[in-house]
Amino acid sequence: MNFLPPDFTPAYSEIFMLIMVCVIMLADLAAGEKRRYITYILTQAALIGCGVLTFVSFSAETTYTFSGMFVDDAMADILKIMVYGTVSAVLIYSYTYVSERGILTGEFFSLILFATLGMMVMISASHFLTLYIGLELLSLSLYALVALRRDSFAATEAAMKFFVLGALASGFLLYGMSMVYGATGSLHILNVSEAIQNGVGNHEVLVVGLVFIVAGISFKLSAAPFHMWAPDVYEGAPTAITLFIGSAPKLAAFAFVMRLLIEGMGEMVSDWQGMLVILAVMSMAIGNIAAIAQTNIKRMLAYSTISHMGFLILGFISADWNGYSSSLFYVITYVLMTLGTFAMIMILSRNGFEAENISDFKGLSKRNAWYALMTMLLMFSLAGIPPMVGFYAKLAVLQAVVNAGFVWLAVAAVIFSLIGAFYYLRIVKFMYFDAPETEEPIAVKSDVKVLISVNCLAVLILGIFPQSLMGLSLYAIQNSM
Amino acid sequence: MLFGFPLLSLIIWLPILVGITVLATGNDRNAQLARWIALAGSILGFLVAIPLYTGFDPATSAMQFVENRTWFERFNVYYHIGVDGISMPLILLNCFTTPLVIMAGWQVIQERVSQYMGAFLIMSGIVNGVFASMDAVLFYVFWEASLIPMFLIIGIWGGPNRVYAAIKFFLYTLLGSLLMLVAFIYLYQSSGGSFFIADYHQLPIPLNAQILIFIAFLLAFAVKVPMWPVHTWLPDAHVEAPTGGSVVLAAIMLKLGGYGFLRFSLPIVPDASHYLADMMIVLSLIAVVYIGLVALMQTDMKKLIAYSSVAHMGFVTLGFFLFNAYGIEGAMVQMISHGFISGAMFLCVGVLYDRLHSRQISDYGGVVNKMPAFAAFFMLFAMANAGLPGTSGFVGEFMVIMGAVKVNFWYAFLAATTLIFGAAYTLWMYKRVIFGAVASPAVERLQDISRREFVLLAILALAVIWLGVYPFPLTDVMHVTVDNLLEHVGNSKL
Repeated sequence: MNFLPPDFTPAYSEIFMLIMVCVIMLADLAAGEKRRYITYILTQAALIGCGVLTFVSFSAETTYTFSGMFVDDAMADILKIMVYGTVSAVLIYSYTYVSERGILTGEFFSLILFATLGMMVMISASHFLTLYIGLELLSLSLYALVALRRDSFAATEAAMKFFVLGALASGFLLYGMSMVYGATGSLHILNVSEAIQNGVGNHEVLVVGLVFIVAGISFKLSAAPFHMWAPDVYEGAPTAITLFIGSAPKLAAFAFVMRLLIEGMGEMVSDWQGMLVILAVMSMAIGNIAAIAQTNIKRMLAYSTISHMGFLILGFISADWNGYSSSLFYVITYVLMTLGTFAMIMILSRNGFEAENISDFKGLSKRNAWYALMTMLLMFSLAGIPPMVGFYAKLAVLQAVVNAGFVWLAVAAVIFSLIGAFYYLRIVKFMYFDAPETEEPIAVKSDVKVLISVNCLAVLILGIFPQSLMGLSLYAIQNSM
Repeated sequence: MLFGFPLLSLIIWLPILVGITVLATGNDRNAQLARWIALAGSILGFLVAIPLYTGFDPATSAMQFVENRTWFERFNVYYHIGVDGISMPLILLNCFTTPLVIMAGWQVIQERVSQYMGAFLIMSGIVNGVFASMDAVLFYVFWEASLIPMFLIIGIWGGPNRVYAAIKFFLYTLLGSLLMLVAFIYLYQSSGGSFFIADYHQLPIPLNAQILIFIAFLLAFAVKVPMWPVHTWLPDAHVEAPTGGSVVLAAIMLKLGGYGFLRFSLPIVPDASHYLADMMIVLSLIAVVYIGLVALMQTDMKKLIAYSSVAHMGFVTLGFFLFNAYGIEGAMVQMISHGFISGAMFLCVGVLYDRLHSRQISDYGGVVNKMPAFAAFFMLFAMANAGLPGTSGFVGEFMVIMGAVKVNFWYAFLAATTLIFGAAYTLWMYKRVIFGAVASPAVERLQDISRREFVLLAILALAVIWLGVYPFPLTDVMHVTVDNLLEHVGNSKL
């Protein structure tokens, strides 16, 4: 019997990342407390290196490797590059914040990179087990990151909650996968899809499995009614970690849904479509209504995330490339806006002071007109007001929903986004209509200053010229289906 | 396009670019610079809009000055702009109003001057974009974007209750527009993937779908107009807004709603429009009669004029749903004339408010003794507001009443009561504020209008009289377009 080594080419970036994480862990030991910037630079270098590897190997063709457990297609490459960029931005934004709070440790960087590796594996999975391994690598790193400030009561509580509920959701997911395995006899996503198509397996068993899988997915997406962890974790975790949790993993979660639900169980659309409708409506309702009552901005943004995930799910309901590409467009713009928003919260936080309350935005336009303008762009974008890019994301998703014949769902969605507009407006109100509570100037490092400006202006410019990003989303989906 | 020159784009983007320049002048140390740039930019904005009138061909109903470029292919959206006889006068009105608004805020606004002036200029450009858009998404983007500067203007420079008014204004208008967006997406699907508005004009739609689309449009436009019973944001917004904000709201923003009916509701869903015409007429008449009575009872001058705006806009919607040329042309004339008159009325109140910091009628009295020139101007505008023949207020109302007589005598009768109510609330307010003995020491100290204020009011006075005596230049450009529209509305699309 001959042993044929698998083709490693499609997984070069993952392998590179793994090596770099190990190198960084060791290098950090050598560098020590004083020279932690070396770790930081190495981390950024790892992300850039991965970016180069993924970019160079980019092709519209789909390649399978490791006995079909790992896939490299256009969607995977595009999503991975987005993930690198997002993680890199997260690190730039959070460096000052993290070092002021004494959690700028070697673990911070290695955990973030492990989480990134987990996302990369999730994005490229074509087997239920690969998907699960990637997911757990991501989740476990996130639990630890939330608890990184172990002297903080809120952070440890949040980590505990996150872990217990996350483990439960993983259990759901595994249970659902095992049911599917029982019915179809395979864990390969392509084989599962084929088996369902050919009517192999007991339909009831498949549906039960599907229910558990959908529950697991909605937990990871923080869609209602599996959203309970999100507000607590967002509030309890240090803002830098919240920024991380709220941004890049959403890209991976999108891939997760695509691989599991669409590629794997796409034939059962009539079964999951109804479930997704309920998830979407509940998320939009609970997210938008509960956000109104919040005074803590991180908690408010957690509920806002829930409502945005409802919108994201809307795109999947139409079950065609049009809808998926709209969802992809939505998730990319969402990540862009979340990055900016949490970065702004960190900018307002000072050493020993956390800008946790919405009222900390009071009078920002008088303290610093530029940041106020940037935040206003973000808020109107989150509310879906043109010409910001958030509007086009909503337009794309609504178009997909109407196309699928769910006009009432589109009406419900716009009504909920009207409710949502209120709490985004409230932040604009605090910034522009109220007097500041403190006159303290806002000191920001120049790299953050540039990045936040680019980030927020991108929200406006992508809104005026949305074609590039829309075309990219369309390309990613059409070349991967 | 005139000699291939993108005139319309210039009209849209020039004010926006100047507005951004004004914003860039920064804080109040450069306030004077910001004012002058803003004034120069707004006057330039008006000047470049004049070729729109001179180069306009009134003999055709086709879109003119058309520019068409791909915007984003993903949803077949085009940067497609053009004007016809309906939108061209409204663009001119908007360009005409902007310099007046900039001048009105010259001295009163001392805080964040550059942001104030910048917001008005940017809004002016956006509103031009709304009137010129021929693509539904482009229209929607401009339509919603116009909310942002207005929201900030009310919220930052408004009165004591400004936050409430600003948020109410924003959410009210957003509610209507979001449903309109769903209607656009539905039309996009059923037209096979087009956001071009003229494609919708040909599209057959079943009656029940037409009615739903009509209602979605109605919510968007009725809130903007505003029609009874969704008018309640208007008095709040007007009372709290700074003078310039009130002028733009009354003169321009309300016209967006009226324009929407003509561009969307009537031609896209004509059968539903006919089907629901009675309801629309009744709502309009309620606005005319009931809101007229409400205006009578106001003690706050700005609120009174705000309610009078609702009543006058009731005439506009009434005219639209009579489905004859008198009605629609009258409504158009009424929109333009209301732009001049309500703008002037709010400026007059602003003149008083700047001096006494009160809008209460009871705080005034005998103003004519101290401000004779102002009293003369105010008299003219009050008469115009009441619909005196010879002023622009008369022409529109008369035409609409003529149109109403053709449809139903009682519609005309009820509509005509406005001539009584309008005169009652306007002139009674005028009497209490201007005539009588000097009411208080504060009034005793009043100074007559400055040269800047004189220029402002004189320009508007000329416009009001010119349109009242010789409205032909206005009706001439819209005549063919309105006929074409009526023909469209007459054809069933079931």
